[in-house]
Amino acid sequence: MNPRVAVWLVAQLHLWLGAFVVAVPMFVFIIETIGMMTRDERYDNMAYEFIKVSITAYSLTAIMGGLLSFCLVLFYPDLFKYLALIFKESMFAYALLFFAESAVLYIYYYGWHWLQGGNRKWVHLTFGLLLNAFGITLMLLANSWTTFMMSPAAVDAAGVFNGNTWEAIHNFLWNPINIHRVVANVAYGGSIVGAYAGFKFLSAKNKEERAHYDWVGYNANFIAIAALLPLPFAGYYLTAELYAYSQQMGITLMGGVFAWIFIIQAVLIGALFLSANYYLWCGMGRSDGASRYNGRIKFIAIVLVAAFLVWFTPHTLVLTNSELKSLGGPYHKYLGVFGIMPAKNTAVNFLLTFTFMSFMFYRRANKVATVSWATTGNAIQIALFTMGLINIVTLGVYYGYFTNTVYKVAASIPQVLTTLTIIIVSTVIDTLMYKGAKDVAPLHWGRMPARSQYALFLLAVSFTWLMGLMGYVRSGIRQHWHVSNIFRDASPDAYTPTLGYAANVITVGTIIFMAMVIFVFWLSTISGKHVVAKGYWKEQA
Amino acid sequence: MNIFLKVAAFSLVMVAGFWGFASFGIPQIKPAPPPVEEKVDLGAMTMDQFIALGGKIFNGKGTCTLCHNKMGRAPMLSDIGKNAPLRLKDPRYKGTAKTIEEYIFESMTKPSMYVVAGFGKSGTNDTESPMPDVTGGGIGLNPVEVKAVIAYLQDAGGAEVTVEIPAMPKAGAEAPKAEEAAPLKTAQEVIAKFGCGACHKVAGQTGEIGPNLTKIGATKNKDYIRQSILDPDAVIAKGYPAGMMPKTFGEQMKAKELEMLVDYLAGSK
Ligand code: HEC
Ligand code: HEC
Ligand code: HEM
Repeated sequence: MNPRVAVWLVAQLHLWLGAFVVAVPMFVFIIETIGMMTRDERYDNMAYEFIKVSITAYSLTAIMGGLLSFCLVLFYPDLFKYLALIFKESMFAYALLFFAESAVLYIYYYGWHWLQGGNRKWVHLTFGLLLNAFGITLMLLANSWTTFMMSPAAVDAAGVFNGNTWEAIHNFLWNPINIHRVVANVAYGGSIVGAYAGFKFLSAKNKEERAHYDWVGYNANFIAIAALLPLPFAGYYLTAELYAYSQQMGITLMGGVFAWIFIIQAVLIGALFLSANYYLWCGMGRSDGASRYNGRIKFIAIVLVAAFLVWFTPHTLVLTNSELKSLGGPYHKYLGVFGIMPAKNTAVNFLLTFTFMSFMFYRRANKVATVSWATTGNAIQIALFTMGLINIVTLGVYYGYFTNTVYKVAASIPQVLTTLTIIIVSTVIDTLMYKGAKDVAPLHWGRMPARSQYALFLLAVSFTWLMGLMGYVRSGIRQHWHVSNIFRDASPDAYTPTLGYAANVITVGTIIFMAMVIFVFWLSTISGKHVVAKGYWKEQA
Repeated sequence: MNIFLKVAAFSLVMVAGFWGFASFGIPQIKPAPPPVEEKVDLGAMTMDQFIALGGKIFNGKGTCTLCHNKMGRAPMLSDIGKNAPLRLKDPRYKGTAKTIEEYIFESMTKPSMYVVAGFGKSGTNDTESPMPDVTGGGIGLNPVEVKAVIAYLQDAGGAEVTVEIPAMPKAGAEAPKAEEAAPLKTAQEVIAKFGCGACHKVAGQTGEIGPNLTKIGATKNKDYIRQSILDPDAVIAKGYPAGMMPKTFGEQMKAKELEMLVDYLAGSK
């Protein structure tokens, strides 16, 4: 086993599991709170089911973390010693937090049914909050190691540590990665529990079970979409900060060896958005009222695919000087127009706006607004979407093609603000307008085609692979350095692997991870099973 | 079970799809291997060969073309012979260069002395250059390589080549060291390379100017030893003169080398 591959796989597995167990308590806490406020017990049960799934994953995360430290000490002792010297103090906190988190998690989980009702529920929710606080702090500390390796702080040019631990933790890329990770992890956690619900739905024995898991799957998908919407922005923010930290690193990422990666990234993200949307559209079949909207879905689908294709169009594919010559310039003759950043930004904003539209249609599908100003409200919303989309396109075209390079990115901020405005204003109008709305026909939870569930699996699988890919990119842009420009990797593995090679590792990792997840799901099923072994035990007098 | 198999098969097919796309759907680029120190025989080199060496570094190890290319990330250097004198006259110029050679050298080592209009870091109003110091960690050109690149740029940029090929270091001395050659592998190598033995009794060497280090681990801890190397004057060993031990080790050693050395000395009891 090659040391680099060993550390790579173990670290990635640790990250996948860690992302999942950090994310689950976040939405479990929210779902539990919703349950408490609405006194709808279904929410409480769902929250409990989610935390139950994550409890074994928690142990696996810890095991992988232990294995990762072991591999580092074994294969890269000098690097580990160097990082340990710098993070000495925080390592102690890390261990303490880990114990605290474990304790709180166990109380939270095993005490779920004990801490019910009245004040007890409040106590339980407090544990949920603590669990999240410990979990997130732990993740932030872990992120500091990764980001220190990318953008070292508190050390001089020779790598001698001359600051304090906090400065090393709070290095340049720490917060940008923290933000991107927290949001991505929530979306990821949602997609994994979605797969869980999908599987349970497909194997349900009776109508009640089907209805229950359909509803759970719907909520999981909702969580994934809600976290998916802000992600591209967090991603661009991260990239902008990367450029600000080091133009060299930024160009290596977006214009150098890794440029092609972003085409694959776009495909994977496209798969995420399309499967999440597809699931919503299928969900309209739950009610009879939704047929009113069926005709419009295909237009959304067309826009989504078109936006996706623009995003997918490569930007600059310059790799070597010889390739530059053979292509005759950095941009493709025809596709170049779509390859630039403003076009991509426009596409992403379309992707988001139309995903949101899918969601709105879904929510309205079975309802008729009863407020007197419903027609006006509708008109306002249509106007809002139309004007917003026109604004996004105008900004994109103007900045993209009528200004020079330096200003091209300037479009992104007003575009994002437009999208956010559409989403927020529209949600407010919708909430008011559909207050006390009447149902067209009863909603049939469980009336979902089996194929819709496969969208949930695709969501989880694409997410996992995407995370693996981005892990490769994150570490790859350090090139032959363990710690950028300070601690050189002198091993024979210092070269940057090709994408094909990385794809092999990511795929193997994904399969191992999937096997672990299946194991975790299976454990959560058998814990509820009882076999009556007649005649096995001796009769009690 | 049937459902389980179906779901597993579906997921595997999807994963295989991503794998296939990443492996075959797009061109496989082989990233350049980590830069290595080129052994050059400067004595036998003509100016043309020296310029060619500079060109190779410019396109390769120097990573200059990452930014200096037709995409507008950095100014083209093909007119540097004409531009440099204009830069020197610009009131925004803050450096000390007088000639084209000096200007290029300064641009490579202290890029912010003059930032070409429109290319500064965003938000700094062209006062800070995004270009890294090419002798620093990330690129790590050594003085010979820097000179070769200057020769190349003068030649390609329409200026007279004024750089002289540096003399070969005297026989026996090490070839010019790259700041960022791979770290040494053992503490003994570090001691040999940095010449501790000239002044100290250590690792089989018998210097007498400084304290004996063969048993230093018995009385001193790692922090003390690290500090003695990085900042020799912080604590002066009894009976020895201050200011003798070089203060530059902290800049010359790799972090890894330093830690190895400290471990070794702390373990010498
Ligand atoms: C990370 C991107 C980047 C890399 C890598 C880079 N440069 Fe630059 N360089 C710039 C930018 C941006 C400027 C313009 C701003 C300035 O004047 O400092 C510049 C300016 C210069 C100038 C002054 C140009 C003028 O017209 O005055 C010279 C000379 C130069 N670079 C040489 C080099 C050499 C030689 C290398 C490789 C060893 C190199 N650069 C690597 C970004 C880069
Ligand atoms: C030019 C001579 C010289 C060289 C070369 C030199 N040292 Fe020293 N070193 C001294 C002198 C003189 C002292 C005592 C004065 C002081 O503490 O600064 C000393 C002190 C020390 C001490 C503290 C000893 C004590 O007992 O307090 C250590 C440790 C040390 N040197 C390590 C090294 C190492 C490691 C190297 C090689 C990387 C090295 N020195 C190279 C001259 C030298
Ligand atoms: C909808 C859009 C996006 C999704 C779904 C997404 C998803 C993800 C996920 C799941 C991770 C792994 C997080 C982790 O390891 O904990 C990740 C990391 C990363 N993403 Fe994104 N991302 C999106 C947009 C972007 C964009 C637009 C960029 C930049 C152009 C980007 C750059 C990165 C980088 C550099 C990493 C590695 C950093 C890390 O390890 O945390 N992302 N992304």
